[in-house]
Amino acid sequence: MKHRGRFGDYGGFYVPEVLIPVLEELEDAFYRFYEDPQFVAELADLSKNYAGRPSPLYYAKRFSEHVGFNVYLKREDLLHGGAHKVNNTLGQGLLAKYMGKTKLIAETGAGQHGLATAMIGALFGMETKIFMGFTDIERQSVNVHKMKLCGAQVIGVEGGTGTLKDAINDALRYWTAHVTDTFYLFGSACGPHPYPTIVKHFQSCIGKETRQQCIERIGRLPDMVVACVGGGSNAIGIFSGFYDDKNVRLIGVEAGGRSLSEGKHAATLVAGRVGILHGAKAYLLQDAEGQVDETESVSAGLDYPAVGPEHCLLKDTGRAEYVAAEDEDVLDVFELLSKTEGILPALESAHALAYLVSLKGKIDPQQVAIVNLSGRGDKDVSIVEKHRPLMND
Amino acid sequence: MKTYKQVFSELKEQNSTALIPFFVIGDPDFDTSLAVIKASIDAGADVLELGIPFSDPIADGPTIQKADIRALRAGMNIAKALELIRQVKQYKDIPIGLLMYYNLVYQYGVEKFFNDFHEAGVNSVLIADLSIDDAEEVTGPAASAGLDTVFMVTPVTAPERMKLAASKTTGFIYTVSVLGVTGSRDKLSDMVEGLIGKLKGLTDVPVCVGFGISTPEHAAAVAKAGADGVIIGSKIVGLIEKNLGDTEKIIAEISSLLSDIKKAL
Repeated sequence: MKHRGRFGDYGGFYVPEVLIPVLEELEDAFYRFYEDPQFVAELADLSKNYAGRPSPLYYAKRFSEHVGFNVYLKREDLLHGGAHKVNNTLGQGLLAKYMGKTKLIAETGAGQHGLATAMIGALFGMETKIFMGFTDIERQSVNVHKMKLCGAQVIGVEGGTGTLKDAINDALRYWTAHVTDTFYLFGSACGPHPYPTIVKHFQSCIGKETRQQCIERIGRLPDMVVACVGGGSNAIGIFSGFYDDKNVRLIGVEAGGRSLSEGKHAATLVAGRVGILHGAKAYLLQDAEGQVDETESVSAGLDYPAVGPEHCLLKDTGRAEYVAAEDEDVLDVFELLSKTEGILPALESAHALAYLVSLKGKIDPQQVAIVNLSGRGDKDVSIVEKHRPLMND
Repeated sequence: MKTYKQVFSELKEQNSTALIPFFVIGDPDFDTSLAVIKASIDAGADVLELGIPFSDPIADGPTIQKADIRALRAGMNIAKALELIRQVKQYKDIPIGLLMYYNLVYQYGVEKFFNDFHEAGVNSVLIADLSIDDAEEVTGPAASAGLDTVFMVTPVTAPERMKLAASKTTGFIYTVSVLGVTGSRDKLSDMVEGLIGKLKGLTDVPVCVGFGISTPEHAAAVAKAGADGVIIGSKIVGLIEKNLGDTEKIIAEISSLLSDIKKAL
């Protein structure tokens, strides 16, 4: 490898030897193409005309009235596929094409990254396999069907709790045996180097756009930028636009699950300690000896025991703060945003909104918060219905 | 304590190849695991390769993954692994290589891990998810604990990197014979003979071959190609899975397979 892929001491490439050459090839291709004028132009065209960038920055007036300060939503949920994931899959898909790879594999939790990869597989005519845990296949069946419609094969993963972690395990295993013709399109800003750097690069459009839109709209920067954190790709995408704006608070909201105090959660940065999983040194939910904990969250996309290495560094340096929102509060805010704005947020993104609700009455009404509304909630309707059956009226 | 050097030079004199079975420590439980490992020694094992179970073994196929889960469910942990190794060494002084995932070593403390396991009778610790690029995180503590080093080489490892691995190896080179994770395969990879030849041209350290070796014929072919040792993992771990609950049968089938392989070497 030409680079160490470290964020402080975090990150790196802790992988079996057989994966080293393919990660080297990927690193080499990324640095060769990411600023290549033809690559940049092709990606810009697809981002605009296929994915629908730029996404709007929307002032959520009635939601703002409810919480008592100004809330703007970065509408990544309006992108093609219904989430920010398409930014990364277009970028990496194009990279795969430039590298001459013909097959894509990806892991998925909520199915949003799997769907965004299946879309790109169809767009570029590449054979696509999506690894997904059985628990997630069951709770995100609509996305499974959409992936299949786009021509992808969905491979159910049994091990562990049948969630994102297990999907990554099996995708890595498959990749190990098929390194020569297969591109692993990793979905979050975690995993081994160079993925955290690549995913951040392709998601950084969110932060750049948001900063500019905010200044154009209100003539100043926001007071805080809030995003949910599972692996951390949407958060790193929006945070990275504000790194140098020291007065802008960056707040990542993790999955507090059923109960943060009882250990039924996926709040890695809030409650974990440093370890090594899936190729990177990062905060990790684990037992005393280092066996990885089973996580729990109502949102499949955040149900992951590790986190991106750059977030670990942002936590340690204090540049970003990390908190957790529990399932019940997340379900409340899913209903609240739907009722006040007519917008159904993804349960993942609803974690960020739940944090804002917790600030109600505690901060100055003049303050401006921007939330990365990273995905739409259509996929979650049946989960919400199960937890909160609608009354007949 | 018997060293790799002693074993490999003894075998060389006899014009033979080391038989190296792999087990997940504590699979399916402490007592059965210990009995099976002892039986494998009786059946002709020259070196043991042992893994402490990990919740997320990404370099392993389904067979070893299930063994990890069985062992963890039966309560295997670091302290019990140390105890099992001590009991194996009391039974016979045989070199033992540990095959680990880094997080378990990291959480225990690298130095303490190496010291405690060396004291229990381990000769080397190979960390499946620690590449040679980051080897300095462990080579210092490994050397001061008195451990040998073992590194992995695969069919896609570049020659320069092979040389690097060989230069840092004091035990043996663990050669992965196929692209992919652990698991027994019907056919031996065509890549393996060329790979052994390449390594032999680069280094004098012993070359052992693992991943996908499941029959006496595979083992004989690998030995003929010049390997100093063959590592049999998933095939015998699969025999434990197949005969769960019947320790005698597990021991009989594994012993018979290992004896047959030993004869072929």
